[in-house]
Amino acid sequence: MPDLRELYQEVIFDHNRKPRNFGRLAGANRSAEGVNPLCGDKLTLYLKMADGVIEDVSFEGTGCAISTASASLMTESLKGKTEAQAQALFEEFHALVTGSDGTQAAASLGKLDVLCGVRDFPGRVKCATLAWHTFQAALHDETRPVTTESSP
Amino acid sequence: MKTAADELAALRHVASAPPLDVARLRRDFPILRQSVHGKPLVYLDNAATSQKPQCVIDCEARYYAELNANIHRGVHTLSQRATEGYEAARDAVRRFINAARREEIVFVRGTTEAINLVAASYGQRFQAGDEILVTEMEHHSNIVPWQLACEHTGALLQVAPIDDAGELMLEEFERLLGPRTKLVALTHLSNALGTINPVQRVIELAHARGIPVLVDGAQAVAHLEVDVQALDCDFYAFSGHKLYGPTGVGVLYGKQALLEAMPPYQGGGDMIRQVTFRKTTYNDLPYKFEAGTPNVAGVVALGAAIEYVSGVGLEAIAAHERELLTYATAQACATPGLRLIGTAKHKASILSFVLDSVHPHDVGTILDYEGVAVRTGHHCAMPVMERYGVPATVRASFAAYNTHEEVDTLFGAVRKALEVFR
Repeated sequence: MPDLRELYQEVIFDHNRKPRNFGRLAGANRSAEGVNPLCGDKLTLYLKMADGVIEDVSFEGTGCAISTASASLMTESLKGKTEAQAQALFEEFHALVTGSDGTQAAASLGKLDVLCGVRDFPGRVKCATLAWHTFQAALHDETRPVTTESSP
Repeated sequence: MKTAADELAALRHVASAPPLDVARLRRDFPILRQSVHGKPLVYLDNAATSQKPQCVIDCEARYYAELNANIHRGVHTLSQRATEGYEAARDAVRRFINAARREEIVFVRGTTEAINLVAASYGQRFQAGDEILVTEMEHHSNIVPWQLACEHTGALLQVAPIDDAGELMLEEFERLLGPRTKLVALTHLSNALGTINPVQRVIELAHARGIPVLVDGAQAVAHLEVDVQALDCDFYAFSGHKLYGPTGVGVLYGKQALLEAMPPYQGGGDMIRQVTFRKTTYNDLPYKFEAGTPNVAGVVALGAAIEYVSGVGLEAIAAHERELLTYATAQACATPGLRLIGTAKHKASILSFVLDSVHPHDVGTILDYEGVAVRTGHHCAMPVMERYGVPATVRASFAAYNTHEEVDTLFGAVRKALEVFR
């Protein structure tokens, strides 16, 4: 039986209450929107890219604790990464929350590891991945809002 | 000495339905015996779909085990029996909503298809500049079909506003009824707010101007007694699955004269009288609107569900649910940091709320952990969410089998969510 405390770890509460890198980013040169209408999650992601490196990143919007904390933690971990490094991180994170990597989290995930509890709550995986898919869209300059809900 | 008022009260007590034996009724629903996360299931998502009593489950199984054949076709015995079962359900529906004629009962997939049928068929008469009037509290299924009809015809969708309590603003509604208004479509009971609309009054106002009215009864039929003749509505749409019946079956009631004048919705078998490549003539009502092999098992089981509900008594169900809602509302008001969304004077079954410090989706997960099933989200009523400035709400919705103890469990879980997120 999944444990609620595995899902809602203290770090998640902390990032939900005080999201980091929250607000519009001055000097951003990429952005994208993510919307999960069924849960009512909505966020805009801003990127400042320079020479293939994420110089700065921020987000704004509203969402549940999982989606807000995930977005906040993501922005912290993305700063200073190259596109290739960020892509690798996305894939590791995706494997972590969907449980497709077995039980061990990759060491490179660092603090993002606190979201591992999500894998036992299939209905909440989309909350944790919304920010990341929105990041991907911003990186590739997609104009259509992203969603991680498969049904309308 | 007894006063006249006392006597009247005593009479009313005798006349009203006896209280529900909820413990006994619960035994009819096998699904309620299970546990979720090690806790007894507290099912409070009845506005999404209700659970099914054993008699409905058995009826559908028995249909396939003993009766299955295509209807209105063969001369063989099974086909005749299947047809009888199917048509008996139509009679049961007619009695249940007190329609004047069985020809006025069309079986469809659900409320959504019923409304789409009217929008696609009746909607063909709309012209550019015509207006269709809905309310701000409608479910998407009573908005989008009209938007589609508007796209096809150039008609315009008008929206009657609701106030902060979630009540339809009748004067505004009346003001929007104009010479161009060709149809009014509104919900009987709001799925997001629990508001019972004054449909009788709305229909009077519309009819005074010669405008027909479609009532979305998806939520209402399981909680309020519906008499389509007393209401004098022109169309009434509802689903089987919110009425203790199976999914995939629903009903469109339409006044005979209107249905007669409407073009078919879908073409196919059963809806025709004669087909040639030159010209096809259509079948009589209600078959004109029932193209193809319908959900026969579902229709037959819907008949069983209606029999079940009628046996328990909608009046008794409504009285029980009213008590639960009052009890739950009092607990909600006593919970600091909880805001009710929908505080209309006349409400049924539905308690929608948000917590200051916890997003509805997180509430949903914590409640689920306590075995409590509620709906979290926009309830397919995004304009309502926008009206109240919330992304989503938590919605607990009650049915005949829910208990006061379950309401206590709900609020115990809500307090837990507030503690976890303190």
